[in-house]
Amino acid sequence: MTITTPIRPLPATPPVVPPPKKRRTASSSGATRTLFSETEISRGPGRVVYWLVLTLVFLLFLAVFIFPLYWMFSSAVKTPEEYAQPNPTLFPQSFVPEIYQLAWDRMRIAKFFGNTALYAFGGWLIQLVFQVAVAYALSKLRPMFGKVVLGAMLASLMLPATALLIPAYLTVSDVPIFGWNLLNTPWALWLPAVANAFNIYVLKRFFDQIPNDLLDSAALDGAGRFRVLWSIVLPLSRPVLGVVSIFSIVAIWKDFIWPLLVLQDPETQTLSVALSRLASTSQVPPTQLMAGLAIASVPMIVVFLIFQRSIIGGLAAGSMKG
Amino acid sequence: MAVATAGRRTAFRSRLGRKIQDNLMAYAFMAGGIACFALFSWYPLVRGVILSFQQINFVTDPYWVGAENFTAIFNDPLFVTAWKNTLVFTGIALVFGFLVPLALSILINEMRHLKGFFRVAVYLPVMLPPIVGVLLFRYFYDPGFGLFNTILRGVGLPESQWTQSSSTAMISLVLVSTWANLGGATLMYLAALQSIPGDLYEAAELDGASAWRRLRHVTLPQLRFIMLVLLLLQVIATMQVFIEPYQLTGTSNPDTVTVMVLIYRYAFTVNQDFGMAAAMSVLLFVVLAIFSAIYLRVTRDRD
Repeated sequence: MTITTPIRPLPATPPVVPPPKKRRTASSSGATRTLFSETEISRGPGRVVYWLVLTLVFLLFLAVFIFPLYWMFSSAVKTPEEYAQPNPTLFPQSFVPEIYQLAWDRMRIAKFFGNTALYAFGGWLIQLVFQVAVAYALSKLRPMFGKVVLGAMLASLMLPATALLIPAYLTVSDVPIFGWNLLNTPWALWLPAVANAFNIYVLKRFFDQIPNDLLDSAALDGAGRFRVLWSIVLPLSRPVLGVVSIFSIVAIWKDFIWPLLVLQDPETQTLSVALSRLASTSQVPPTQLMAGLAIASVPMIVVFLIFQRSIIGGLAAGSMKG
Repeated sequence: MAVATAGRRTAFRSRLGRKIQDNLMAYAFMAGGIACFALFSWYPLVRGVILSFQQINFVTDPYWVGAENFTAIFNDPLFVTAWKNTLVFTGIALVFGFLVPLALSILINEMRHLKGFFRVAVYLPVMLPPIVGVLLFRYFYDPGFGLFNTILRGVGLPESQWTQSSSTAMISLVLVSTWANLGGATLMYLAALQSIPGDLYEAAELDGASAWRRLRHVTLPQLRFIMLVLLLLQVIATMQVFIEPYQLTGTSNPDTVTVMVLIYRYAFTVNQDFGMAAAMSVLLFVVLAIFSAIYLRVTRDRD
């Protein structure tokens, strides 16, 4: 459990190759053999047991993983009276979709949603620019001490983020040399997000696979380093850029403890932190809070349903070294 | 002759020039990234250790206090409580979080239908912002009108106070955390299961091995490495538990104060003492570093 995006890379094949197209395991002769053979499952009593187990597992997954989400979306439209009755109703008897509107306006979910979107997209853009630049330099320009730099960056993956929380907070409140106070500004999320060695490692591994001949011939044609990066490396790297982008955006959208510390001014808070704060005060009607949770979940659910192959594939690839 | 040397010298010089130019170029590309690492990763690591021996009040410069921060946290009665709670949380979370994903992945892998659905369903909670799962469960746990007690009443079991009783608070926190996070481990197991060569099962079957023995002697041994890796990752992750106790039971509830909650309290609420918080962070860091080192050792040996 408690393993979300790997806190450090399982030193791994980068999650760049999306898994092969959906494979129909049944019937096709190339099906991978598992614990039970096709014959055991498709004949006689085995068949009955299989369908029974399949149904049970399906119902279990429905109840455990899908139902809470259904609950969240559906109980937001109940009237407060129905919501608070001692025996919860499975299907809403009342239907007040305006609760979503109320939450959006009255609880100012709109504001926090906007904040979070700004942090996520700004962070994504800044990360991509800086991380691609570092990975490209390490992979293709091969400077002196490049290995040392990469090693120092990868070493940071061994540090649990929480152990750095306190000194990192103080650093952000008064950035050495520059003297900036980044608290309550987007930069407090954006700049530390750049220091993500996992993304740099994944990008570098991908750039390493691009043949140097390709770049050399472009250089012979007079293309500068930047031009080569922009017109050759980046277009070839679309899949890996996609994966890194998804992981960056999802990470910022889900982050809790860091924004809780560095964005204490309610005006600047992310949706997660604002919901946490609102949930602890009693003024917020519970149905509106449910609506707020639903709204906070929608972008992640959408991202997941659209990019599930990259996300699941990336996760699987990350663990496949073994 | 002189001409030739000069020629070679200019060639050398231009190659050297090119090299310097390339290096400058490379470091220009990396400047932003290196600065961010230096400021927000490398420097805080050093600062954290220094801070644990300092007192800081935001008025004067930080000053040295020797080991005072450490004696202060050792003398805090919550210190032992927090470590104990963290270990209990990690322990219970291991029982659930280690066995459940393993069982689920083996089940999913045997299914000839709906595999896509199973994969998406199990990972859906992982995609949600953690606060969503926590606040949803806060409602489910409500002793009065919450869903869980309604279900318990429905099947005739005694109701529970869930997060509001000291005997069930911790396990309630583990339940949310497991629900929200087990998808990742499940999918990793699934990937490992799919890479087990089918021949092994065929051969075992020819030797007359029952399904149980195939599971015991083929599947599990093949998963040994990934099981160890996930075990270590899970220990590291669960020892940093924060949001569940923070939101569900509060930072001042001694039943569920964990190490991270205590660090938060030291720095931001009760004590407003960054020195104590830094000292506690250093201790947590040392403990986690041990597991990290084992993890590194294990995965490196494998390469």
